Amino acid sequence: METGTGGGGWFSRARTVARPGYSRWMVPPAALCVHLCIGQAYAFSVFNLPMTKLIGISESAPDDWKLTELGWIFSLAIFFLGVSSAVFGRWVEEGGPRKAMFTAACCWAGGFLISAFGVAIHNLWVIYLGYGVLGGIALGIGYISPVSTLIKWFPDRPGMATGMAIMGFGGGAFIASPLSVWLMGKFTTATHIGVMETFVVLAVVYFIFMIVGSIIVRVPPADWKPEGYVAPKANKLISTNDVYVYDALKTPQFWLIWVVLCVNTTAGIGVLGQASAMSQEMFPGHITPIAAAGLVGLMSLFNMGGRFAWATTSDYIGRRNTYFVFMTLGFILYCLVPLTGSAGSIAGFVLCFLIIISMYGGGFSTVPAYLRDMFGTRYVGAIHGLLLTAWSAAGIFGPVLVNYIRQYNIAHDVPKAQAYNTTMYIMAGLFVIGFICNFLVRAVDARYHMKAENRGAALGAAGQPAKA
Amino acid sequence: MENNTQGTTTLQLVLAWGFVGIPLVWGVFQTLLNALKLFQ
Repeated sequence: METGTGGGGWFSRARTVARPGYSRWMVPPAALCVHLCIGQAYAFSVFNLPMTKLIGISESAPDDWKLTELGWIFSLAIFFLGVSSAVFGRWVEEGGPRKAMFTAACCWAGGFLISAFGVAIHNLWVIYLGYGVLGGIALGIGYISPVSTLIKWFPDRPGMATGMAIMGFGGGAFIASPLSVWLMGKFTTATHIGVMETFVVLAVVYFIFMIVGSIIVRVPPADWKPEGYVAPKANKLISTNDVYVYDALKTPQFWLIWVVLCVNTTAGIGVLGQASAMSQEMFPGHITPIAAAGLVGLMSLFNMGGRFAWATTSDYIGRRNTYFVFMTLGFILYCLVPLTGSAGSIAGFVLCFLIIISMYGGGFSTVPAYLRDMFGTRYVGAIHGLLLTAWSAAGIFGPVLVNYIRQYNIAHDVPKAQAYNTTMYIMAGLFVIGFICNFLVRAVDARYHMKAENRGAALGAAGQPAKA
Repeated sequence: MENNTQGTTTLQLVLAWGFVGIPLVWGVFQTLLNALKLFQ
Protein backbone atom coordinates (compact mmCIF):
# COMPACT_ATOMS: atom_id res chain seq x y z
CA MET A 1 0.00 0.00 0.00
CA GLU A 2 1.29 3.45 -0.84
CA THR A 3 1.83 6.05 1.77
CA GLY A 4 0.90 9.08 -0.22
CA THR A 5 -2.43 10.67 -0.49
CA GLY A 6 -3.11 9.96 -4.09
CA GLY A 7 -2.35 7.04 -6.38
CA GLY A 8 -4.21 3.77 -6.75
CA GLY A 9 -4.94 1.05 -4.29
CA TRP A 10 -8.12 0.29 -2.40
CA PHE A 11 -6.72 1.90 0.74
CA SER A 12 -5.77 5.21 -0.83
CA ARG A 13 -7.60 8.37 0.07
CA ALA A 14 -8.41 8.90 -3.61
CA ARG A 15 -10.38 5.64 -3.72
CA THR A 16 -12.53 6.68 -0.79
CA VAL A 17 -13.87 9.90 -2.30
CA ALA A 18 -17.67 9.60 -2.38
CA ARG A 19 -19.63 9.34 -5.58
CA PRO A 20 -22.62 11.61 -6.12
CA GLY A 21 -25.61 10.32 -4.20
CA TYR A 22 -23.60 8.89 -1.30
CA SER A 23 -25.39 9.71 1.95
CA ARG A 24 -23.26 11.38 4.60
CA TRP A 25 -25.32 9.50 7.20
CA MET A 26 -23.31 6.39 6.30
CA VAL A 27 -20.21 7.95 7.85
CA PRO A 28 -21.28 8.01 11.55
CA PRO A 29 -21.95 4.23 11.57
CA ALA A 30 -18.59 3.70 9.85
CA ALA A 31 -16.95 5.71 12.63
CA LEU A 32 -18.95 3.85 15.28
CA CYS A 33 -17.74 0.52 13.87
CA VAL A 34 -14.26 1.55 15.00
CA HIS A 35 -15.05 3.49 18.17
CA LEU A 36 -17.41 0.86 19.62
CA CYS A 37 -14.61 -1.71 19.24
CA ILE A 38 -11.72 0.28 20.67
CA GLY A 39 -14.00 1.51 23.47
CA GLN A 40 -13.52 -2.01 24.84
CA ALA A 41 -10.45 -0.56 26.57
CA TYR A 42 -12.67 0.88 29.30
CA ALA A 43 -13.88 -2.65 30.07
CA PHE A 44 -10.51 -4.39 30.17
CA SER A 45 -10.73 -4.61 33.95
CA VAL A 46 -13.26 -7.49 33.62
CA PHE A 47 -10.26 -9.68 32.72
CA ASN A 48 -8.18 -8.65 35.72
CA LEU A 49 -9.59 -11.02 38.34
CA PRO A 50 -9.82 -14.09 36.03
CA MET A 51 -6.23 -13.44 34.95
CA THR A 52 -5.07 -13.66 38.57
CA LYS A 53 -6.35 -17.27 38.70
CA LEU A 54 -5.12 -18.76 35.41
CA ILE A 55 -2.98 -21.32 37.26
CA GLY A 56 -4.79 -21.68 40.57
CA ILE A 57 -8.27 -21.66 38.88
CA SER A 58 -10.38 -21.36 42.04
CA GLU A 59 -7.95 -19.00 43.78
CA SER A 60 -4.64 -17.34 42.97
CA ALA A 61 -1.58 -19.63 43.01
CA PRO A 62 1.88 -18.27 43.95
CA ASP A 63 2.88 -18.19 40.26
CA ASP A 64 -0.29 -16.41 39.19
CA TRP A 65 -0.12 -12.76 38.12
CA LYS A 66 -0.85 -10.03 40.67
CA LEU A 67 -3.48 -7.34 40.15
CA THR A 68 -0.79 -4.65 40.33
CA GLU A 69 1.11 -6.33 37.47
CA LEU A 70 -2.08 -6.63 35.40
CA GLY A 71 -2.92 -2.95 35.97
CA TRP A 72 0.02 -2.04 33.74
CA ILE A 73 -1.72 -3.53 30.68
CA PHE A 74 -4.37 -0.78 30.65
CA SER A 75 -1.90 1.94 31.63
CA LEU A 76 0.41 0.96 28.75
CA ALA A 77 -2.50 0.95 26.31
CA ILE A 78 -3.57 4.47 27.32
CA PHE A 79 0.04 5.67 27.17
CA PHE A 80 0.44 4.32 23.64
CA LEU A 81 -2.93 5.81 22.69
CA GLY A 82 -1.50 9.27 23.39
CA VAL A 83 1.84 8.53 21.75
CA SER A 84 0.45 6.94 18.59
CA SER A 85 -2.25 9.56 18.02
CA ALA A 86 0.45 12.25 18.26
CA VAL A 87 3.00 10.39 16.12
CA PHE A 88 0.67 9.00 13.45
CA GLY A 89 -1.80 11.92 13.32
CA ARG A 90 -0.37 13.44 10.15
CA TRP A 91 -0.15 10.03 8.46
CA VAL A 92 -3.80 9.32 9.34
CA GLU A 93 -4.85 12.71 7.98
CA GLU A 94 -2.99 12.39 4.70
CA GLY A 95 -3.52 8.67 4.15
CA GLY A 96 -7.28 8.90 4.64
CA PRO A 97 -9.73 7.17 6.96
CA ARG A 98 -9.90 3.79 5.21
CA LYS A 99 -6.19 3.09 5.51
CA ALA A 100 -6.19 4.30 9.12
CA MET A 101 -9.24 2.22 10.07
CA PHE A 102 -7.78 -0.87 8.43
CA THR A 103 -4.47 -0.36 10.23
CA ALA A 104 -6.31 0.12 13.52
CA ALA A 105 -8.30 -3.09 12.89
CA CYS A 106 -5.10 -5.09 12.24
CA CYS A 107 -3.37 -3.68 15.33
CA TRP A 108 -6.44 -4.14 17.56
CA ALA A 109 -7.12 -7.73 16.48
CA GLY A 110 -3.38 -8.46 16.43
CA GLY A 111 -3.07 -7.12 19.96
CA PHE A 112 -5.77 -9.49 21.19
CA LEU A 113 -4.24 -12.48 19.36
CA ILE A 114 -0.77 -11.78 20.76
CA SER A 115 -2.32 -11.41 24.22
CA ALA A 116 -4.12 -14.74 23.77
CA PHE A 117 -0.72 -16.28 23.01
CA GLY A 118 0.65 -14.56 26.12
CA VAL A 119 -2.11 -16.13 28.22
CA ALA A 120 -1.48 -19.55 26.61
CA ILE A 121 2.25 -19.51 27.51
CA HIS A 122 1.56 -17.50 30.70
CA ASN A 123 3.97 -14.69 29.85
CA LEU A 124 2.81 -11.24 30.97
CA TRP A 125 5.40 -9.41 28.85
CA VAL A 126 3.76 -10.82 25.73
CA ILE A 127 0.44 -9.32 26.90
CA TYR A 128 2.12 -5.98 27.62
CA LEU A 129 3.40 -6.07 24.04
CA GLY A 130 0.09 -7.29 22.57
CA TYR A 131 -2.69 -5.36 24.27
CA GLY A 132 -0.50 -2.66 25.83
CA VAL A 133 1.67 -1.60 22.90
CA LEU A 134 -0.05 -2.88 19.73
CA GLY A 135 -3.55 -2.40 21.18
CA GLY A 136 -2.56 1.07 22.40
CA ILE A 137 -1.39 2.02 18.90
CA ALA A 138 -4.75 0.78 17.56
CA LEU A 139 -6.51 2.96 20.14
CA GLY A 140 -4.63 6.07 19.04
CA ILE A 141 -5.01 5.54 15.28
CA GLY A 142 -8.59 4.31 15.57
CA TYR A 143 -9.67 7.15 17.85
CA ILE A 144 -8.60 9.94 15.50
CA SER A 145 -9.22 8.16 12.18
CA PRO A 146 -12.84 9.27 11.54
CA VAL A 147 -12.71 12.69 13.21
CA SER A 148 -11.71 14.96 10.32
CA THR A 149 -13.82 12.92 7.87
CA LEU A 150 -16.92 13.51 10.01
CA ILE A 151 -16.14 17.22 10.36
CA LYS A 152 -15.83 17.55 6.57
CA TRP A 153 -19.12 15.72 5.98
CA PHE A 154 -20.97 17.76 8.61
CA PRO A 155 -19.72 21.36 8.32
CA ASP A 156 -23.16 22.46 9.54
CA ARG A 157 -23.03 20.28 12.70
CA PRO A 158 -19.42 19.27 13.41
CA GLY A 159 -20.01 18.92 17.14
CA MET A 160 -22.90 16.51 16.71
CA ALA A 161 -20.98 14.46 14.12
CA THR A 162 -17.84 13.96 16.20
CA GLY A 163 -20.02 13.57 19.30
CA MET A 164 -21.64 10.52 17.73
CA ALA A 165 -18.30 8.82 17.05
CA ILE A 166 -16.72 9.66 20.38
CA MET A 167 -19.92 8.59 22.12
CA GLY A 168 -19.15 5.18 20.61
CA PHE A 169 -15.83 5.10 22.44
CA GLY A 170 -17.71 5.62 25.70
CA GLY A 171 -20.32 3.03 24.72
CA GLY A 172 -17.86 0.33 23.64
CA ALA A 173 -17.42 -0.83 27.22
CA PHE A 174 -21.16 -1.42 27.57
CA ILE A 175 -20.93 -4.10 24.90
CA ALA A 176 -17.49 -5.45 25.77
CA SER A 177 -18.10 -5.92 29.48
CA PRO A 178 -21.16 -8.25 29.39
CA LEU A 179 -19.92 -9.92 26.18
CA SER A 180 -16.52 -10.73 27.72
CA VAL A 181 -18.10 -12.05 30.93
CA TRP A 182 -20.48 -14.23 28.88
CA LEU A 183 -17.68 -15.57 26.65
CA MET A 184 -15.43 -16.36 29.60
CA GLY A 185 -18.35 -18.23 31.17
CA LYS A 186 -18.74 -20.30 28.01
CA PHE A 187 -15.04 -21.21 27.76
CA THR A 188 -14.31 -21.74 31.43
CA THR A 189 -14.24 -25.29 32.76
CA ALA A 190 -13.37 -26.84 36.13
CA THR A 191 -9.70 -26.97 35.12
CA HIS A 192 -9.35 -23.98 32.82
CA ILE A 193 -10.25 -20.27 32.75
CA GLY A 194 -11.36 -19.20 29.28
CA VAL A 195 -9.49 -15.91 28.94
CA MET A 196 -7.38 -17.03 25.95
CA GLU A 197 -10.39 -18.22 23.92
CA THR A 198 -12.27 -15.02 24.77
CA PHE A 199 -9.36 -12.93 23.46
CA VAL A 200 -9.38 -14.91 20.20
CA VAL A 201 -13.14 -14.51 19.69
CA LEU A 202 -12.96 -10.79 20.48
CA ALA A 203 -10.09 -10.41 17.99
CA VAL A 204 -12.20 -11.96 15.21
CA VAL A 205 -15.40 -10.05 16.07
CA TYR A 206 -13.64 -6.69 16.41
CA PHE A 207 -11.66 -7.23 13.20
CA ILE A 208 -14.86 -7.86 11.22
CA PHE A 209 -16.59 -4.83 12.74
CA MET A 210 -13.71 -2.48 12.06
CA ILE A 211 -13.23 -3.75 8.52
CA VAL A 212 -16.91 -3.05 7.78
CA GLY A 213 -16.26 0.51 8.97
CA SER A 214 -13.26 0.87 6.67
CA ILE A 215 -15.31 -0.46 3.73
CA ILE A 216 -18.26 1.91 4.07
CA VAL A 217 -16.36 5.07 5.02
CA ARG A 218 -15.99 7.79 2.36
CA VAL A 219 -14.46 11.24 2.27
CA PRO A 220 -16.36 14.06 0.58
CA PRO A 221 -15.11 15.50 -2.73
CA ALA A 222 -13.01 18.67 -2.38
CA ASP A 223 -15.12 21.71 -1.54
CA TRP A 224 -18.26 19.57 -1.07
CA LYS A 225 -21.01 21.16 1.00
CA PRO A 226 -24.35 19.67 2.09
CA GLU A 227 -27.48 20.74 0.25
CA GLY A 228 -28.83 24.04 1.49
CA TYR A 229 -25.70 24.67 3.54
CA VAL A 230 -25.39 28.23 4.72
CA ALA A 231 -21.96 29.19 5.99
CA PRO A 232 -22.06 30.49 9.57
CA LYS A 233 -22.05 34.24 10.02
CA ALA A 234 -18.60 35.79 10.24
CA ASN A 235 -17.20 34.79 13.61
CA LYS A 236 -13.67 35.51 14.73
CA LEU A 237 -13.59 32.21 16.59
CA ILE A 238 -14.54 30.09 13.57
CA SER A 239 -11.66 30.16 11.10
CA THR A 240 -12.04 29.53 7.39
CA ASN A 241 -8.26 29.12 7.11
CA ASP A 242 -6.23 25.99 7.69
CA VAL A 243 -3.17 25.70 9.92
CA TYR A 244 -0.47 23.10 9.22
CA VAL A 245 -0.30 20.45 11.91
CA TYR A 246 3.12 21.35 13.30
CA ASP A 247 2.46 25.10 13.04
CA ALA A 248 -0.52 24.58 15.36
CA LEU A 249 1.97 23.60 18.08
CA LYS A 250 3.51 27.08 17.83
CA THR A 251 0.23 28.83 18.61
CA PRO A 252 -0.89 29.73 22.15
CA GLN A 253 -4.38 28.51 21.23
CA PHE A 254 -3.23 24.90 20.98
CA TRP A 255 -1.67 24.97 24.45
CA LEU A 256 -4.56 26.86 26.03
CA ILE A 257 -7.01 24.25 24.73
CA TRP A 258 -4.55 21.55 25.85
CA VAL A 259 -4.74 22.88 29.43
CA VAL A 260 -8.54 23.19 29.27
CA LEU A 261 -8.89 19.58 28.10
CA CYS A 262 -6.34 18.37 30.65
CA VAL A 263 -8.23 20.11 33.50
CA ASN A 264 -11.59 18.75 32.41
CA THR A 265 -10.20 15.23 31.99
CA THR A 266 -8.24 15.29 35.25
CA ALA A 267 -11.40 16.23 37.14
CA GLY A 268 -13.46 13.50 35.49
CA ILE A 269 -10.91 10.70 35.46
CA GLY A 270 -10.14 11.26 39.14
CA VAL A 271 -13.68 10.52 40.25
CA LEU A 272 -14.50 7.98 37.54
CA GLY A 273 -11.95 5.51 38.83
CA GLN A 274 -12.71 6.12 42.50
CA ALA A 275 -16.48 6.68 42.45
CA SER A 276 -17.29 3.31 43.99
CA ALA A 277 -14.93 3.63 46.97
CA MET A 278 -15.59 7.35 47.38
CA SER A 279 -19.37 6.99 47.54
CA GLN A 280 -19.14 4.19 50.11
CA GLU A 281 -16.70 6.11 52.29
CA MET A 282 -18.61 9.40 52.12
CA PHE A 283 -21.93 7.69 52.95
CA PRO A 284 -20.95 4.72 55.14
CA GLY A 285 -23.82 2.36 55.75
CA HIS A 286 -26.02 4.12 53.20
CA ILE A 287 -24.30 3.26 49.90
CA THR A 288 -23.57 -0.48 49.74
CA PRO A 289 -21.01 -2.05 47.38
CA ILE A 290 -23.88 -3.18 45.11
CA ALA A 291 -25.40 0.31 45.03
CA ALA A 292 -21.92 1.73 44.35
CA ALA A 293 -21.58 -0.59 41.36
CA GLY A 294 -24.93 0.76 40.17
CA LEU A 295 -23.61 4.30 40.54
CA VAL A 296 -20.57 3.43 38.41
CA GLY A 297 -22.90 2.02 35.73
CA LEU A 298 -25.04 5.15 35.82
CA MET A 299 -21.94 7.33 35.54
CA SER A 300 -20.82 5.36 32.48
CA LEU A 301 -24.18 6.06 30.85
CA PHE A 302 -23.85 9.79 31.57
CA ASN A 303 -20.26 9.68 30.30
CA MET A 304 -21.54 8.30 27.00
CA GLY A 305 -24.67 10.47 26.78
CA GLY A 306 -22.69 13.59 27.65
CA ARG A 307 -20.41 12.99 24.70
CA PHE A 308 -23.31 13.33 22.29
CA ALA A 309 -25.41 15.89 24.16
CA TRP A 310 -22.68 18.42 24.98
CA ALA A 311 -21.00 18.21 21.55
CA THR A 312 -24.39 18.76 19.87
CA THR A 313 -25.12 21.66 22.20
CA SER A 314 -21.79 23.21 21.20
CA ASP A 315 -23.09 23.54 17.62
CA TYR A 316 -25.68 26.00 18.94
CA ILE A 317 -23.92 27.88 21.74
CA GLY A 318 -20.35 27.73 20.40
CA ARG A 319 -17.35 25.71 21.48
CA ARG A 320 -15.76 28.32 23.75
CA ASN A 321 -19.06 28.90 25.55
CA THR A 322 -19.51 25.15 26.02
CA TYR A 323 -16.16 24.98 27.81
CA PHE A 324 -17.11 28.03 29.88
CA VAL A 325 -20.15 26.01 31.01
CA PHE A 326 -17.90 23.01 31.85
CA MET A 327 -15.47 25.14 33.86
CA THR A 328 -18.12 27.17 35.73
CA LEU A 329 -20.46 24.27 36.43
CA GLY A 330 -17.51 22.03 37.32
CA PHE A 331 -16.26 24.60 39.84
CA ILE A 332 -19.69 24.91 41.47
CA LEU A 333 -20.34 21.16 41.57
CA TYR A 334 -16.92 20.26 43.03
CA CYS A 335 -17.47 22.87 45.76
CA LEU A 336 -20.90 21.34 46.44
CA VAL A 337 -19.73 17.70 46.72
CA PRO A 338 -18.25 18.06 50.27
CA LEU A 339 -21.46 19.84 51.34
CA THR A 340 -23.62 16.97 50.08
CA GLY A 341 -21.42 14.65 52.14
CA SER A 342 -21.77 16.64 55.36
CA ALA A 343 -25.52 17.11 54.74
CA GLY A 344 -25.93 13.38 54.06
CA SER A 345 -27.60 14.09 50.72
CA ILE A 346 -27.04 11.02 48.56
CA ALA A 347 -29.27 12.41 45.80
CA GLY A 348 -27.25 15.64 45.70
CA PHE A 349 -23.97 13.69 45.62
CA VAL A 350 -25.14 11.44 42.79
CA LEU A 351 -26.51 14.37 40.80
CA CYS A 352 -23.24 16.32 41.13
CA PHE A 353 -21.18 13.37 39.93
CA LEU A 354 -23.50 12.53 37.04
CA ILE A 355 -23.27 16.09 35.70
CA ILE A 356 -19.49 16.17 36.24
CA ILE A 357 -19.04 12.91 34.37
CA SER A 358 -21.29 14.03 31.51
CA MET A 359 -18.99 17.07 31.13
CA TYR A 360 -15.95 14.79 31.23
CA GLY A 361 -17.32 12.95 28.20
CA GLY A 362 -18.47 16.21 26.64
CA GLY A 363 -14.96 17.62 26.90
CA PHE A 364 -13.60 14.83 24.71
CA SER A 365 -16.32 15.05 22.08
CA THR A 366 -16.44 18.84 21.79
CA VAL A 367 -12.71 19.37 21.41
CA PRO A 368 -12.37 18.18 17.77
CA ALA A 369 -14.90 20.82 16.67
CA TYR A 370 -13.11 23.42 18.85
CA LEU A 371 -9.89 22.58 17.01
CA ARG A 372 -11.73 22.80 13.68
CA ASP A 373 -12.93 26.28 14.62
CA MET A 374 -9.38 27.35 15.50
CA PHE A 375 -7.20 25.55 12.94
CA GLY A 376 -9.51 24.70 10.01
CA THR A 377 -10.42 21.26 8.69
CA ARG A 378 -7.31 20.24 6.72
CA TYR A 379 -5.19 18.92 9.60
CA VAL A 380 -7.78 18.80 12.37
CA GLY A 381 -7.39 15.03 12.85
CA ALA A 382 -3.63 15.28 13.23
CA ILE A 383 -3.87 18.29 15.57
CA HIS A 384 -6.47 16.37 17.58
CA GLY A 385 -3.99 13.51 17.83
CA LEU A 386 -1.36 15.84 19.31
CA LEU A 387 -3.91 17.26 21.75
CA LEU A 388 -4.71 13.81 23.14
CA THR A 389 -1.40 13.93 25.04
CA ALA A 390 -3.49 16.02 27.48
CA TRP A 391 -5.48 12.84 28.13
CA SER A 392 -2.32 10.89 28.95
CA ALA A 393 -1.21 13.63 31.34
CA ALA A 394 -4.64 13.71 32.98
CA GLY A 395 -4.50 9.94 33.35
CA ILE A 396 -1.62 10.51 35.77
CA PHE A 397 -2.85 13.72 37.52
CA GLY A 398 -6.44 12.60 38.19
CA PRO A 399 -5.90 9.36 40.13
CA VAL A 400 -2.83 10.82 41.88
CA LEU A 401 -4.80 13.80 43.15
CA VAL A 402 -7.65 11.64 44.45
CA ASN A 403 -5.68 8.71 45.87
CA TYR A 404 -2.63 10.39 47.38
CA ILE A 405 -4.49 13.28 49.01
CA ARG A 406 -7.04 10.84 50.46
CA GLN A 407 -4.19 8.73 51.80
CA TYR A 408 -2.46 11.78 53.26
CA ASN A 409 -5.67 12.93 54.98
CA ILE A 410 -6.40 9.49 56.45
CA ALA A 411 -2.79 9.29 57.71
CA HIS A 412 -3.43 12.62 59.46
CA ASP A 413 -6.58 11.37 61.24
CA VAL A 414 -9.13 13.00 58.93
CA PRO A 415 -12.35 10.92 59.02
CA LYS A 416 -12.84 8.81 55.88
CA ALA A 417 -16.09 10.59 55.05
CA GLN A 418 -14.17 13.89 54.79
CA ALA A 419 -10.94 12.53 53.29
CA TYR A 420 -11.93 13.61 49.78
CA ASN A 421 -12.89 17.22 50.62
CA THR A 422 -9.43 18.69 49.95
CA THR A 423 -9.31 16.95 46.58
CA MET A 424 -12.72 18.32 45.64
CA TYR A 425 -11.58 21.87 46.38
CA ILE A 426 -8.34 21.33 44.43
CA MET A 427 -10.40 20.08 41.48
CA ALA A 428 -12.59 23.20 41.77
CA GLY A 429 -9.39 25.27 41.71
CA LEU A 430 -8.27 23.49 38.54
CA PHE A 431 -11.50 24.57 36.87
CA VAL A 432 -10.61 28.20 37.64
CA ILE A 433 -7.31 27.69 35.77
CA GLY A 434 -9.24 26.06 32.91
CA PHE A 435 -11.70 28.97 32.83
CA ILE A 436 -8.87 31.50 32.55
CA CYS A 437 -7.18 29.51 29.75
CA ASN A 438 -10.46 29.21 27.86
CA PHE A 439 -11.02 32.95 28.33
CA LEU A 440 -7.62 33.66 26.77
CA VAL A 441 -8.41 31.71 23.58
CA ARG A 442 -8.54 34.11 20.61
CA ALA A 443 -8.52 33.62 16.85
CA VAL A 444 -5.26 32.17 15.50
CA ASP A 445 -2.87 34.80 14.11
CA ALA A 446 -2.95 35.01 10.30
CA ARG A 447 0.78 34.29 10.05
CA TYR A 448 0.06 30.65 10.94
CA HIS A 449 -2.50 30.18 8.14
CA MET A 450 -1.50 27.90 5.29
CA LYS A 451 -0.65 29.78 2.08
CA ALA A 452 -3.14 29.58 -0.78
CA GLU A 453 -0.87 27.38 -2.98
CA ASN A 454 -0.27 24.92 -0.14
CA ARG A 455 -3.97 24.78 0.64
CA GLY A 456 -4.71 24.08 -2.99
CA ALA A 457 -2.21 21.23 -3.08
CA ALA A 458 -3.56 19.87 0.15
CA LEU A 459 -7.14 20.00 -1.02
CA GLY A 460 -6.16 18.38 -4.29
CA ALA A 461 -4.71 15.53 -2.30
CA ALA A 462 -8.25 14.54 -1.46
CA GLY A 463 -8.09 12.97 -4.90
CA GLN A 464 -10.72 11.94 -7.33
CA PRO A 465 -14.00 10.15 -6.70
CA ALA A 466 -13.86 6.51 -5.66
CA LYS A 467 -13.56 4.05 -8.52
CA ALA A 468 -14.50 1.09 -6.39
CA MET B 1 -15.78 12.73 -10.66
CA GLU B 2 -17.47 9.73 -12.23
CA ASN B 3 -20.92 10.01 -13.75
CA ASN B 4 -22.21 7.03 -11.78
CA THR B 5 -24.80 8.61 -9.50
CA GLN B 6 -26.11 5.44 -7.85
CA GLY B 7 -26.82 6.74 -4.38
CA THR B 8 -27.05 5.24 -0.92
CA THR B 9 -30.32 3.37 -0.47
CA THR B 10 -32.52 3.44 2.62
CA LEU B 11 -31.79 -0.26 3.11
CA GLN B 12 -28.06 0.42 3.23
CA LEU B 13 -28.61 3.13 5.83
CA VAL B 14 -30.83 0.87 7.95
CA LEU B 15 -28.29 -1.97 7.75
CA ALA B 16 -25.37 0.30 8.63
CA TRP B 17 -27.14 1.89 11.61
CA GLY B 18 -28.54 -1.45 12.74
CA PHE B 19 -25.08 -3.01 12.59
CA VAL B 20 -23.78 -0.59 15.21
CA GLY B 21 -27.06 0.39 16.87
CA ILE B 22 -28.28 -3.05 17.95
CA PRO B 23 -25.14 -4.02 19.92
CA LEU B 24 -25.01 -0.53 21.44
CA VAL B 25 -28.63 -0.62 22.58
CA TRP B 26 -28.09 -4.12 24.02
CA GLY B 27 -25.05 -2.88 25.93
CA VAL B 28 -26.84 0.20 27.24
CA PHE B 29 -29.75 -1.99 28.39
CA GLN B 30 -27.37 -4.31 30.27
CA THR B 31 -25.69 -1.33 31.93
CA LEU B 32 -29.06 0.20 32.82
CA LEU B 33 -30.07 -3.04 34.55
CA ASN B 34 -26.85 -2.85 36.54
CA ALA B 35 -27.36 0.83 37.33
CA LEU B 36 -30.82 0.14 38.77
CA LYS B 37 -29.09 -1.50 41.75
CA LEU B 38 -28.33 2.01 42.99
CA PHE B 39 -32.03 2.52 43.68
CA GLN B 40 -32.71 -0.88 45.30
